[in-house]
Amino acid sequence: MWRIGTAVALQDETPTARTIRFEVPDWPGHVAGQHVDVRLTAADGYSAVRSYSIASAPNASRLFEITVERLPAGEVSPYLTQDVMVGDRLELRGPIGGWFVWRKEQAEPIQLIAGGSGIVPLMAMIRSRLSTGNAAPFRLLYSVREPKAVWYGKELQSLSEHDPSISITYAYTRATPKDWPRPPGRIDAALIANAAWPSSIGPTCYVCGPTSFVETAAALLTASGNSPDRIRTERFGPTGDRK
Amino acid sequence: MNSDTCNYLDGNAAAGELSRIFTMDVTAAEGCCAQCGTIKRFAEAHLYMQCPGVVARCPACQHVLLRLVNVGQQVFLDVRGLTYLRLNTA
Repeated sequence: MWRIGTAVALQDETPTARTIRFEVPDWPGHVAGQHVDVRLTAADGYSAVRSYSIASAPNASRLFEITVERLPAGEVSPYLTQDVMVGDRLELRGPIGGWFVWRKEQAEPIQLIAGGSGIVPLMAMIRSRLSTGNAAPFRLLYSVREPKAVWYGKELQSLSEHDPSISITYAYTRATPKDWPRPPGRIDAALIANAAWPSSIGPTCYVCGPTSFVETAAALLTASGNSPDRIRTERFGPTGDRK
Repeated sequence: MNSDTCNYLDGNAAAGELSRIFTMDVTAAEGCCAQCGTIKRFAEAHLYMQCPGVVARCPACQHVLLRLVNVGQQVFLDVRGLTYLRLNTA
């Protein structure tokens, strides 16, 4: 079922990524980790649908946010990151998904692993934890190309400074801040051993990012003793390109 | 089929389209592969979208579990690759 949402606020996260806040009159509310489909329809009737994770915490209002990265050859993301204006109305379907979700009733330690824009649904989980007063210990391992490509950086920094039960580790793949202890590179077993919860305490793990990243991270988690049953994954990538 | 190419997504990406057919969430449903018997959540299926519809494959043996194709005002749903799909009605 498609609903009509109105863009009510826009915020740039980086030069190529934008957060859009939607107001949807009949929004039923969402759970952290869920996504929405956005449908754009051209004048000739051609339509394109893309999925975007919800970034904001569940709340009682009819508002939610997505963050969209502009893909150079994308059909939908250039419009959402460059052309959408406050007041524009879009077709939305959702919230969608009941597996890759974190619910406020969960009390076990949580390991979040994000690759690039895979941070979005994990950010919703972090925000949901905060807004509901849940005390579950969270660890986030955030793999990102370079420091300026980090999304929600100030908010994450503030959270980690004020809340000892959330710890955040950045892993840079192309360029690091000055004097960073780890050279740029992909996530590996040593990083998992240093930054992730030990498997012995039985964390639930959420991994989101491009498919190759998710496969690597999930394999590392399994190799370090985590049960595959405790690893939830969500893969994304460019899809449905017009042929 | 070479899963090393990483040209797939997962069952989460089909949930929007499947919500047109199923009233319950499909991503958390357990599906049993008719080929190898592996039981996984539908969210864990490998999903291929570079085709006229979507194709979900078993993450263990790559057998086709489900195909969904839109043709005009009609939807074709082929689930013969699943022995069953166990949906939570709660």
